[in-house]
Amino acid sequence: MTSAALSNGHVIRTRALTKRYGALRAVDAVDLEVRSGDVYGFLGANGSGKTTTVRMLLGLVLPTSGEAEVLGMPMPTARRSVLPRVGSLVESPAAYSHLSGSANLALLDATGSDRSRRQVRRTRIATALEQVGLDPADRRPVRTYSQGMRQRLGLAAALMRRPALLILDEPSNGLDPQGIHEIRRLLLELNAQGTTIFLSSHLLAEIEQMCTRVGVLRGGRLILQEELDTVLRPTGLVSVRTPDPARSRDLLGVAVVSVVGDRLLVRAEDPAGLNAYLVGEGVSVDEIGPYRRTLEEVILEVEAAPA
Amino acid sequence: MIVVELIKMIRRPRTWLIIGMLVALPTLVAILLAVTDLAPRPGTGPPFLSAVLSDGTLFPLAALGVVLPLLLPIAVAVLGGDAIAGESQTGTLRYLLVRPVGRTHLLLAKLATVVAFVLLAVLVVATVSYAEGRLLLGRAPATGTVSLSGSTLSQQELSWRTALALGYVIICMLGVAAIALFFSTLTRSAIGAALGTIGVLVASTVLLGLDAAGALHPFLPTRYWLAFVDLFRDPILWRDVVRGLEVQLGYLTVFTLAAWANFGTKDIDD
Repeated sequence: MTSAALSNGHVIRTRALTKRYGALRAVDAVDLEVRSGDVYGFLGANGSGKTTTVRMLLGLVLPTSGEAEVLGMPMPTARRSVLPRVGSLVESPAAYSHLSGSANLALLDATGSDRSRRQVRRTRIATALEQVGLDPADRRPVRTYSQGMRQRLGLAAALMRRPALLILDEPSNGLDPQGIHEIRRLLLELNAQGTTIFLSSHLLAEIEQMCTRVGVLRGGRLILQEELDTVLRPTGLVSVRTPDPARSRDLLGVAVVSVVGDRLLVRAEDPAGLNAYLVGEGVSVDEIGPYRRTLEEVILEVEAAPA
Repeated sequence: MIVVELIKMIRRPRTWLIIGMLVALPTLVAILLAVTDLAPRPGTGPPFLSAVLSDGTLFPLAALGVVLPLLLPIAVAVLGGDAIAGESQTGTLRYLLVRPVGRTHLLLAKLATVVAFVLLAVLVVATVSYAEGRLLLGRAPATGTVSLSGSTLSQQELSWRTALALGYVIICMLGVAAIALFFSTLTRSAIGAALGTIGVLVASTVLLGLDAAGALHPFLPTRYWLAFVDLFRDPILWRDVVRGLEVQLGYLTVFTLAAWANFGTKDIDD
């Protein structure tokens, strides 16, 4: 973390970031704001411009217009000072398939500008491999790795230099549920130690479980950017499940927002009071509680709204 | 960065496979010559080949003359074509660039690696063919080696002329490498880049055989490749060597700049 990034609190900030391919606006005037310490979930369908945005943040793709700042410095101009402190996994991991995992990391490590001693490098590589659950002593070539192991190797490469910012594109690709759990725990641990994490994914559940902040991209435009808590805050509605929905509707009148099957959504401040009222009137209640929207519902709602 | 690229090249099985193929052809030639005793008549066939039956120490030069027109350029085209496109194909290019490795730096490291490969290949070919020449072909006359012009060259003189010839071959291959590198920045397909380069060389060779293209001949990349033979005349015939150097440096400059201009601002989106 730099003092510059700390002073305005932003680790990633873009202004009207745009990438055009001919007539197609792959990324259209995107204003990202990722603060220090965030686990930022960058959501969007395939083809919504997520990867292009990530590539622009990393200086791989040059923006058509707009600005991007990473760690408080302009990209891609300041990539020499920014990128050594950013770890990334872009789309899919990649490695030289005839070399072992640790040989791959050693080559990648040696390409940088930092001149650490051999022993420091070796320890750093072994630590990164252990962190992601790979055996540093494994001498098999990457060609023999499963997709999950390749993914882990890609993560190890991203973690190797203890970056201040991790930019991860679909990090749980190809991992089994156990692996996904391990990696999630590792990322949260790193976040607790101060690493800001920018996670791009199309898996809502993954974002919902990990992130503190979300941004949603659709057709190249950022249609939502908010704290996850704010997005999922209580809606002031109470969800009631009852074997007698018709009677309940008559009793509650205009407070009922919707009835779907045996489930009613009722505008009410106090679920317990509502429960007592319904039971007092002789309506049995199977289930009652404050209604929270899932991230999926929020996104569908935002997407349905006219742009 | 250059060191990393060199390690990558050395550890790649393909590098040694190609060198093995480069060695195989002169070996076959040496065996055939030794068995049949049928050398090409002086003035025909690859340079020096007519002389090796009497003087086996000349065989390294003959071997170079055998691999230079076809095999070595193809090897360089394959390696140069793979330089950027190959990294792009495996996806490792983006991870190199976000390390970060500067794009210009990467191009130069790749070019330097191709030079190192040519040096390595030429040294292996020369060493192996020297051994073959001594074992299978004629013993060197004790008086020293005979130059192409008929006079005798001392061992020392032969050494520095050989070094000059190696340097010349490397620069010729550097021109090919620059063309391959440029194609390599254009496409994601390493094979496509290599084929494009080989296409240029084939076209150049075809045009060389065509009198109507006479005006183009001095500018064709393959025109002066075999001019290293002139370094073994007495006195050295510099004219073609110097022209060859000019042409190769021209190709090197133009195509390296083109590769740099294209790659420097290219969107890496694979």
